[in-house]
This record gives sequence, C-alpha cells and structure tokens, in this order.
Amino acid sequence: MTNTTKSLLYSKEHEWVLRLDGNRVRIGISDFAQKELGDIVFVENPEVDDEVTANELMGSVESVKAVSELYTPVSGTVVLVNEELEDAPETINEAPYDGGWLVEVELSNPEELESLLNEEEYQAFINEGEE
Amino acid sequence: MSTETGLKRTPLFEVYKNDGAKVIDFGGWELPVQFSGIMEEHEAVRQEAGLFDVSHMGEVLVEGKDAVSFINSLLTNDITKIEINQCQYTAMCYPDGGTIDDLLVYKLADEKFLLVVNAANIEKDYNWLEEHVKGEVTLTNISDDVALLALQGPKAEKILQKITDIDLSEITPFRFAQHVNLDGIKDVLVSRTGYTGEDGFELYLAPDEAIALWEKLFQVGKEDGLKPCGLGARDTLRLEARLALYGQELTKEISPLEAGIGFAVKTNKESDFIGKSSLAQQREAGVKRKLAGVEVTGKGIPRHGYKVFSEDDEEIGFITSGTRSPSLKKNLGLAIIATEHTKAGTPVKVEVRSKKIDAVVVKTPFYKRG
Repeated sequence: MTNTTKSLLYSKEHEWVLRLDGNRVRIGISDFAQKELGDIVFVENPEVDDEVTANELMGSVESVKAVSELYTPVSGTVVLVNEELEDAPETINEAPYDGGWLVEVELSNPEELESLLNEEEYQAFINEGEE
Repeated sequence: MSTETGLKRTPLFEVYKNDGAKVIDFGGWELPVQFSGIMEEHEAVRQEAGLFDVSHMGEVLVEGKDAVSFINSLLTNDITKIEINQCQYTAMCYPDGGTIDDLLVYKLADEKFLLVVNAANIEKDYNWLEEHVKGEVTLTNISDDVALLALQGPKAEKILQKITDIDLSEITPFRFAQHVNLDGIKDVLVSRTGYTGEDGFELYLAPDEAIALWEKLFQVGKEDGLKPCGLGARDTLRLEARLALYGQELTKEISPLEAGIGFAVKTNKESDFIGKSSLAQQREAGVKRKLAGVEVTGKGIPRHGYKVFSEDDEEIGFITSGTRSPSLKKNLGLAIIATEHTKAGTPVKVEVRSKKIDAVVVKTPFYKRG
C-alpha cells in the first residue's frame, strides 16, 4: 500500500478510520476486505444525523454472492455519506481507501480511536488469520 | 480425493491456484467460487466462453435387464421417450411429491444408464435408489471415477471443434456422443448440456485426464476469450436462466411442479412412480404456491430465505435464490409464492433486514439467449 494508508487506523472487522479535522473521521473498508468480498454491487449506509455506536451495526455491503454487515469502529454522529456509492458501489473494489469511503462521523468519544490497530498491527492481524 | 482439512477436492484442484482461484468450502468440497471475478466470468460465458470444473457432481451407473422399469418407477420424467445417446432432465421424489433431487439421465445403451446427481445428494440418492431396487438391476456409484468440465458460452462449439474430428454440430441439445477422442484424450462423453442458459458442452472423462483437457481447452480457447469460471458465476448464470438449484428452488418440501419444472414430471406416463399420485393430485387441483421471478425495485438485493409479502402486508412466500444480475443489472430473485400473486406485474414486497422493500413479479427466465 501507499503512504496514504500509513495514517489509517483499522478495526478487526476490517474497517479503516482516517482522522480528519477536529473530531471528524472518515470510515471505509480495507483492501483486504474488498478482496474477500469480491465484486461489490450494493451498499447500505446509515443516513446523515444517524447516531452510531462503536462495534454496532451501521449498514451492509453486498457482493454478488453475499451480504456482509458493516460495524462502525467508533461512536458518534454521521455527518456525511458517500452518495456516489449508490450508483457505483464497485468504487469500493477499485479504490477502497479513496473514492470508496463510506461515511464521515463526528466522534462522541475520541478515546475509542486508541483501541484501534495501526497499519502494522492490522497487517499482522490479517496474516494471523490466514495461517 | 480428500485432504487433512477433511474437504474433498476434484482432480483439478492443483490448477486452480495457477489460475488465481479463490477457494471455498462448498458443502464439504474445496471448490473455486471465482477466478478473475464473478461479473467478469459471468460476462465471458454470455459473450464468449467459460470453463467450469464441476467434477464434484455425482454419477451413478444403472445397468441390467430391468434398468428401464426401475428408473421409470423412481424418476418423474419418462425414460422410455429417449434414445441411446440422448439425455433427459428429471426429478426423484418422495411419496408426498417433495423433491429428493433433480438430475440428468444419460441413455448409454438399451440397458445401461448414467444418472448425474447433485454433489450434496450423492449418498442420499444412492441409498434411495438401492432401497428401491427391483428386478435385475446393478447400481454403481462411480462419482470418484469421473471428472466433469463444463464448457459454456456462444463460442463453446468453435473452441471444442478445434480438438476433435467428430462434427459437433450434429450433437443437438440433450444429445451426446460417447468415447470421443479430444486431441489424444480418449473416451470422453461429450454432452450438449449445461447450467448457464447458454449453448455449451459438458465433458465427462477419467479424473487422471482432467488437467490435460483443462489445459488443452485454454491453449485453443484463449484466442476466443475462454475464461476459467467458478461456482459464483455458475450460480448467477443459472439464476438468470431460471434453472433450479437443489436446496433452494427444490427441496424435500418443494415439489417439482411448484418449482416450475413440471415439464419433467410425466404424471400420465404408463409406469407408476414414487410421488406419482401426489403430483397428479397437485397438477389436477393446481399448485397453491409456485416459483415466480421477483425484481426488487427499491433498494436491496433479494437473498435466499427472505420473506415475501403482498401489498397488503400478508406473508405470501419466500425468496429461494437472489442476486444482483450481472447481465441485466437488476436485483432479481426467484421466489416460491402463493399462486394468486404470481402474475407478472403484481406488486409485492421483500423483507430485507427488517425493512420491506418494493418489488414486482416479473416473467422468467429473466435472461434468454438471443
């Protein structure tokens, strides 16, 4: 991966979190996750102003074959949703860290970020799972 | 063949990796769900050609003086209607009309037939056949001695013709040729059948020749766009063509008449068969529920097991299979629903994760080749 992923945090549910200004974060799914899912054909995101709670369901991503639930890695209020995914869900496959982001959330508990994995820890976590 | 993981493998397992397959546990088999990607493979089969390893399918030989009457006493279609080198789609049912399996029967000789059954049902089917043997009949489960490749798509004939001297255009649908030589691979059964809604062939051969045939077909087929395909694309292709999948459209609770394969149920054939009276009754009275196509017009993809409701919020059935259709770019499902709601154009709702989403009954098959 490129330098851009170095500043990302990850959950064990394979979401990434990018800290933006202040307490605002952007959330997406990892390259590993999009590869596992295969061709993504549908995304169900929460709506703006929805309250989300860390480790709880916030939506789903569907590939041709399967439904995969999305868990938010942090708590807060949804402030922006990637509307582009509605017509082009395959963007998640093509650019999971870029155009394929899912939502932006205003954190209610920024300390939750500390429990997430950094790039190195996440890579180790994936490799563990593959053995 | 089995491994330390307890999962069974086909003779082609070793070539999957070279072709970039993603392998999954599919009912106890370690099989490729995809190679380059389900969408791309699906399109390859619709536009050009795809090659599938379906060696996990089961094969049972039925031989003997009483083979015909035995088969006709268990299977719903009429075996007396086919000639040697012809095959027939049929079903095997319980006395109540519920389905044990759907299968193909190949007439190899007057007293020799090959039954091709679903992988997950091999044992169940074999036991059922054995329990009901009457007269002079020998059954042999040869599933482990047969590999099966499916070459599917509009370019299938062109590709296969490059490696054989027999004239493939003479093998019409549901016909086959035995002991065919495919560029040195001897004794292949070449059948004009498939499970994709496209033209194509299914090739039955000895397991130790399977890799050689796979590689040969790619050598001659690459220039025609031939791609390796997995079970994912097989499923989306068959769904668009409304071909039933056992375990979804057909189960022990769903009769072949309800599942829309009544053409394979000959309730007025001379021979009695298990399930005949129940199925005749269903046909006479009209089925209360049946298979229909559903297009979700709201946001959501129908999936196996999702409930279907009428406009008035009455539960009327369930989705048996569903997907995002790669060819039609729509969210489509097959559903078993109450017959009065199965007319094309009827508005219905599909419950997707506790939300009821707008949908409409549509004609099937969703896709028909041009």
